[in-house]
Amino acid sequence: MKKILLSLLLAFGLHANASANEAGYPWDQFPTHKMTDMAALQNGARLFVNYCLNCHGASYVRYNRLRDIGLTEDQIKQNLLFATEKVGETMKVSLDPRQAKDWFGAQPPDLSVIARSRAEIGRGTGADYLYTYLRTFYRDDTKATGWNNLAFPDVAMPHALWELQGQRRARFEQVKDAHDPAKTEHRFAGFEQVTPGAQSAVEFDESVADLVAFMQWMGEPAQATRIRVGVWVLLFLGVLTVFVWRLNAAYWRGVT
Amino acid sequence: MAEFHQVPADASTGQKLLNWVDNRFPFTKLWNDQWGKYYAPKNFNVWYIFGSLAMLVLVMQILTGIFLTMHYKPDASLAFASVEYIMRDVPWGWLVRYMHSTGASAFFIVVYLHMFRGLIYGSYRKPRELIWIFGCGIFLCLMAEAFMGYLLPWGQMSYWGAQVIVNLFAAVPFVGEDLSLLIRGDYVVGDATLNRFFSFHVIAVPLVLLGLVVAHLIALHEVGSNNPDGIDIKKNLGPDGHPLDGIPSHPYYTTHDMFGACVFLFIFSAVVFFAPEGGGYFLEYNNYIEANPLKTPAHIAPVWYFTPFYSMLRATTDLMVNVLAIILAVAAVLGILRGNFRATGKIVLAVGAIVAVALLKTFDAKFWGVVVMGGAVVILFFLPWLDRSPVRSIRYRPDWHKFVYGALVFFFLVLGYLGSQPPSAAGNYVSQIGTLVYFGFFLLMPWWSRIGTFKPVPDRVTFSAH
Repeated sequence: MKKILLSLLLAFGLHANASANEAGYPWDQFPTHKMTDMAALQNGARLFVNYCLNCHGASYVRYNRLRDIGLTEDQIKQNLLFATEKVGETMKVSLDPRQAKDWFGAQPPDLSVIARSRAEIGRGTGADYLYTYLRTFYRDDTKATGWNNLAFPDVAMPHALWELQGQRRARFEQVKDAHDPAKTEHRFAGFEQVTPGAQSAVEFDESVADLVAFMQWMGEPAQATRIRVGVWVLLFLGVLTVFVWRLNAAYWRGVT
Repeated sequence: MAEFHQVPADASTGQKLLNWVDNRFPFTKLWNDQWGKYYAPKNFNVWYIFGSLAMLVLVMQILTGIFLTMHYKPDASLAFASVEYIMRDVPWGWLVRYMHSTGASAFFIVVYLHMFRGLIYGSYRKPRELIWIFGCGIFLCLMAEAFMGYLLPWGQMSYWGAQVIVNLFAAVPFVGEDLSLLIRGDYVVGDATLNRFFSFHVIAVPLVLLGLVVAHLIALHEVGSNNPDGIDIKKNLGPDGHPLDGIPSHPYYTTHDMFGACVFLFIFSAVVFFAPEGGGYFLEYNNYIEANPLKTPAHIAPVWYFTPFYSMLRATTDLMVNVLAIILAVAAVLGILRGNFRATGKIVLAVGAIVAVALLKTFDAKFWGVVVMGGAVVILFFLPWLDRSPVRSIRYRPDWHKFVYGALVFFFLVLGYLGSQPPSAAGNYVSQIGTLVYFGFFLLMPWWSRIGTFKPVPDRVTFSAH
């Protein structure tokens, strides 16, 4: 029995270790309060349409669904629609997929459910990932696009928001592994700002948080409704349970 | 033909209608036999709620399934988008879909607990063998339903999960390749696979499942329910001919089950409305990426309810096959030396063991993995004949038996955990131990279930008034 317990402990211990090594750059926490902030969601929509929609589609999301985040149909038409789209259409991409493959080496993924798909058990939500990913681009001249990323090393996408954040370089240092002196680890040691961006670091974090909030909303537009309805359903079931509990007790009182 | 009943002229319209029906169809009789005047033991505890909850979930899955089928497109190029269409554009579609996806996990939770109840109180023992066998059939159907239903959203996990499992059939000697081709309808999982899985998921398997549920209930109401004491309540009949320890299901278990259903629905709704992804276990995150036959995910994990069996599959390596061969050989030698067999019996045993060991070493370990995985479910069917204990309920078995059951549960959970994780060397050893414990529990049951000091079983059930 002791042996079994020991090997079990070993199994879980080793496993935790292994995943810690694989895990890579830890994800920052997405500020979830943005999800209930209509102004943030609307700003996120604006950023999304301006910076993401040129290459990425969101082909399950209809423009007029954005009424759910407090925009009127007219506002959507005037601010978010380009040239020929209609307000009932989905956010299709104008980029030709074959061209995209030529330019970037990979077809930019559809972003409708990107926030849902990028979550990982034990690491964080998809929003956490996106919030980290969009804030950890750095200049890397060895890459074809000139950009690299900490959360997604060797990513094919260039830094779409670089005008806002400015250009940064990443410093790395070689650290000796504490357990194995023969190994050295290539460890991230901070960013250096090369050129300033249109926004300060704090402003940029806010912008990215707004954008991620919009993508999180877009992944499941019904989520606010779901939670609102859920509260009422649980209240109803709670009350019903009490009544049925007493009903049951009333019947069983006579059973001896 | 039964005699034709008359109701008094001043009877209510309802009574007249009921009488009209009863003279043509045994409506009242069916109701009374199956529920209304079905006397169930009055000492049911909380473990006895999961049968009716399974029924509730079944109804919910069928109803939500009907509405999903109205909007879903079983076409490899449209399936993924049609699920998102249900989630976004179909009124309340998100609720129906979440109820169905959460319902799948809830079904397994409820059924696993229901089976465990049967296990600890000996509900499969004579005369309830057929109830248990029908139940195992339901469990098999449920696994088929879940497996084929999981392909339908056409996400990466749907696709690659199906690919991995269908490929397993290719490991069957001689016919494997043709068999897996027959299941897929193509050389890889594709549109043809999606269409046939859809057909099986929405009509073929549910039909069999419903038939088995009816058989399960008819058999149960024929022989009567077991109870936590494992006592035959029909031995103590009252003057009215009904069991003294029994109570009519209606209204007593009607209200009981209503209360259970309310508590269940509260928990179920909490998941549906506040955590529909179940932390990535009920709806896997990777499944929000559309299926891509050219891109294999780094880590393919089945949904949580299959992971214990998946662990056993992965545990069956060449090493494990050697261990199994040694165990088989030792068992055969012990049987020949210690067992009370005649000379011919001993020869049969020796030859059988040699052939079995030869087969183990001939075929690929992958094939034996499939056999182990399938065997882990099939072995349940034989439980009524494996258990040789003189009492039904765990309450009157020797105390140390509880540890044996505990070991089974513990290792089943550990296997489930390991099956959801990427393979690791240490994890594999643990799942090999777990696999041996799982099979040891059942295969050695004829031996260990007889040993120990059993406690006296009372004549009447233990019941304290509420």
